Amino acid sequence: MAKHATPQLDQLESGPWPSFVSDIKQEAAMRAKNPKGLDYQIPQDCPDDLLGVLELSYAEKETHWKHGGIVGVFGYGGGVIGRYCDQPEQFSGVAHFHTMRVAQPSGKYYNTKFLRDLCDIWDLRGSGLTNMHGSTGDIVLLGTQTHQLEEIFFELTHNMHVDLGGSGSNLRTPEACLGQSRCEYACYNTQDMCYQLTQDYQDELHRPAFPYKFKFKFDGCPNGCVCAMARSDFAVVGTWKDDIKIDQDKVKAYVGGAIRPNAGAHAGRDWGKFDIQAEMIDRCPSRCMKWDGAKLSIKTADCVRCMHCINTMPQALRIGDERGASILVGAKAPVVDGAQMGSLLMPFISCEAPYDDVKEVIEKIWDWWMEEGKNRERVGETMKRLSFQKLLEVTKIPATACHVKEPRSNPYIFFKEEEVPGGWQRDLVAYRKRHQR
Amino acid sequence: MVFISSGYNPEKPMENRITDIGPHKYDEYFPPVIKKNLGKWLYHEILEPGVLMHVAENGDKVYTVRVGGTRTMSITHIRELCDIADQYCGGYLRWTTRNNVEFMVTNEAAMKKLRDELDSRKFEGGSYKFPVGGTGAGISNMVHTQGWVHCHTPATDASGPVKCVMDAIFDDFKNMRMPAPVRIALACCINMCGAVHCSDIGLVGIHRKPPMIDHQWADQLCEIPLAVAACPTAAVRPIKVEYNGEKVNSIAVKQERCMYCGNCYTMCPALPISDGEGDGIAIMVGGKVSNRISMPKFSKVVVGYIPNEPPRWPTLTNTVKHIVEVYAANARKYERLGDWAERIGWESFFKLTGLEFTHHLIDDFRDPAYYTWRQSTQFKF
Ligand code: HEM
Ligand code: SF4
Ligand code: SF4
Ligand code: SF4
Ligand code: SF4
Repeated sequence: MAKHATPQLDQLESGPWPSFVSDIKQEAAMRAKNPKGLDYQIPQDCPDDLLGVLELSYAEKETHWKHGGIVGVFGYGGGVIGRYCDQPEQFSGVAHFHTMRVAQPSGKYYNTKFLRDLCDIWDLRGSGLTNMHGSTGDIVLLGTQTHQLEEIFFELTHNMHVDLGGSGSNLRTPEACLGQSRCEYACYNTQDMCYQLTQDYQDELHRPAFPYKFKFKFDGCPNGCVCAMARSDFAVVGTWKDDIKIDQDKVKAYVGGAIRPNAGAHAGRDWGKFDIQAEMIDRCPSRCMKWDGAKLSIKTADCVRCMHCINTMPQALRIGDERGASILVGAKAPVVDGAQMGSLLMPFISCEAPYDDVKEVIEKIWDWWMEEGKNRERVGETMKRLSFQKLLEVTKIPATACHVKEPRSNPYIFFKEEEVPGGWQRDLVAYRKRHQR
Repeated sequence: MVFISSGYNPEKPMENRITDIGPHKYDEYFPPVIKKNLGKWLYHEILEPGVLMHVAENGDKVYTVRVGGTRTMSITHIRELCDIADQYCGGYLRWTTRNNVEFMVTNEAAMKKLRDELDSRKFEGGSYKFPVGGTGAGISNMVHTQGWVHCHTPATDASGPVKCVMDAIFDDFKNMRMPAPVRIALACCINMCGAVHCSDIGLVGIHRKPPMIDHQWADQLCEIPLAVAACPTAAVRPIKVEYNGEKVNSIAVKQERCMYCGNCYTMCPALPISDGEGDGIAIMVGGKVSNRISMPKFSKVVVGYIPNEPPRWPTLTNTVKHIVEVYAANARKYERLGDWAERIGWESFFKLTGLEFTHHLIDDFRDPAYYTWRQSTQFKF
């Protein structure tokens, strides 16, 4: 018997898509039954109370979670997010309901032992509810109480050898696409770079010293499966420099209809016979491909490596051999100063472990941003306020035409004093000798 | 309830303390076929909606079955996923960026059994537990944020509207009839934890009323200068007010300047902003992150406000479904929603979809606004 009546939420159990309400209810029933005879360390009925408070929100159309509350584990500034209900009398099971972020393995592969161990901890010491995963990428354990935080941290680190993720004004848990583990498009080992940098920057991850959050994300190619260049302050996106590799026989197989274009992604509708001219050659953004009926050629110098032709013929076309990545900086969501997309900073880096070249750029950006950034200012906003040139200057990267979509259209150019012959100190007396007042 | 110690000693918090060990190494949990072929994959094919086949240089194959998942997931549900992975996949599984779950096997017969098994399981309430789909030119799982389930600033719920939208477009999760992939995301406030600003369709919770001011608590709960500095439109200023006969330090908000972003509330709990009548959802379309063919771009607001209508959110779901259908009927193969809208022009987008263009859709936030106004006589009547 459910603890609270939830007439509105019950309506979210119908329909085909997996119902989170049904799932929370099944957890509530499981906890009520307690088949393992656990001595639950936080209230047994917390999933019931979570449904109760959510039903209240559905009735009033307002949230019932309080703002803030500083909790955490000793020595860390991130990884735990304090959460308190503003109706604690009615819903005592979720009066305190803190979130813990757990560092996920990059690419999010798991074995069942790891997951079951995590479930066991969260059964005993938490609500039994999670987010798999949070928007930043980590495993999110949803709902526990303050006195359990150190216990959970102890069990995570001692028994599972895994750490908390980031929250607050620090490096957030980095995230990578699955890359070379299962994708032929990956231009570098995204998971390895993600893992390596996560390990190297544990201090930045756990002890907030930044003006605001900072995110790394790693995409293996310009398809951008983890949206690195849209939602990370520092995006590493795989690319290549040389020719796209072409298997002409396979191209013919696509043209002849022996292989389905785009790996079969359009199989749900009859789009007619594959037309290489219309679907590939004419859609190439830089018009750098030619098909003469027998041979496909690509003018590499004009290719912008958009992936369209490769996606369209994955068996015939392949990324080049001179592989690496581009780095884009400054993407963010609207808060505070409007949404920003990442801007290209390094056209190409080679991505060899231990990634010292990448780290060098990161650290220069951090030094500058920590010095100049205002409270709650993302690095993208600092760039906007102090200019992209400033970012080039602090990272010592020479300006190239790759850095812009187009050159500036206003001539309000800031010159440095040393860039102008004679400097800025001028002789008014001498001037007045030439020009009367 | 008896307190059970993990071994942690609060008297000596530093004793045996382990810190800064980070995540497990990624390849610890690779299924053997993945471990063997790292960096050696040759090509892939989508065999049917939700089923991928990757072929390695040496001829090895891995079949991936992808299922939709709720982001908010219980441990009972995770344990069920583990049971399936133990039975079929040697104990390995993975999650995708869009909260789908993937199971991998190495032969086609096992894939079919696994697929049928996953598709057969249902919750007591009737919904699927592990629907197979979400690949190619279809509609994948929605990324979303916390909403009323767990966050303090939402203007709408997250899991609820997501459930309803996914119900409405469920057929397209299991099919690939779209011109190109359609990515949908929901953020319950403009903080946008979920990168909504670059999805083909983004649903964003918005407030429409300036914050209330809790003079009784302002000075005790807030760093007032932080709240002042947080406001992007300089609507917040410090003042002294009479409260219960006493002069107290507090905050004033110039209401006509406020755009209800909630930044000040994030800095100062004495400025609550959520409101049952005022809050709701804006619909944005045409964003993308991929560099394929055209450049990545932000989504654009095409519906300025839809009221919160729990529990089934009918106006929202109908509008999303309608946009998807008009796009599917009109766009060219490979053309993302935003590329289609740009090709036909936004005038035509509004005409075809029948969505009403109102003054709310003209940008008025700082410099970026100017770049969105039309500086040409080329337009469509
Ligand atoms: C010493 C010579 C000049 C001075 C002192 C001068 C000064 C100004 C000033 C004060 C403005 C108004 C700026 C504002 O509204 O914020 C202006 C606008 C403008 N000036 Fe000049 N100007 C000079 C020469 C020129 C010349 C030679 C040209 C072009 C051949 C020119 C093109 C313009 C244009 C196009 C605007 C209007 C910009 C707009 O409407 O936004 N100016 N100028
Ligand atoms: S971003 Fe590129 S390399 Fe990474 S998974 Fe996506 S398509 Fe593959
Ligand atoms: S990758 Fe893009 S730009 Fe390069 S040849 Fe292919 S379609 Fe053209
Ligand atoms: S988008 Fe806003 S309301 Fe939603 S979880 Fe993030 S901060 Fe909270
Ligand atoms: S809600 Fe945003 S715009 Fe309004 S007063 Fe607060 S910070 Fe300023």
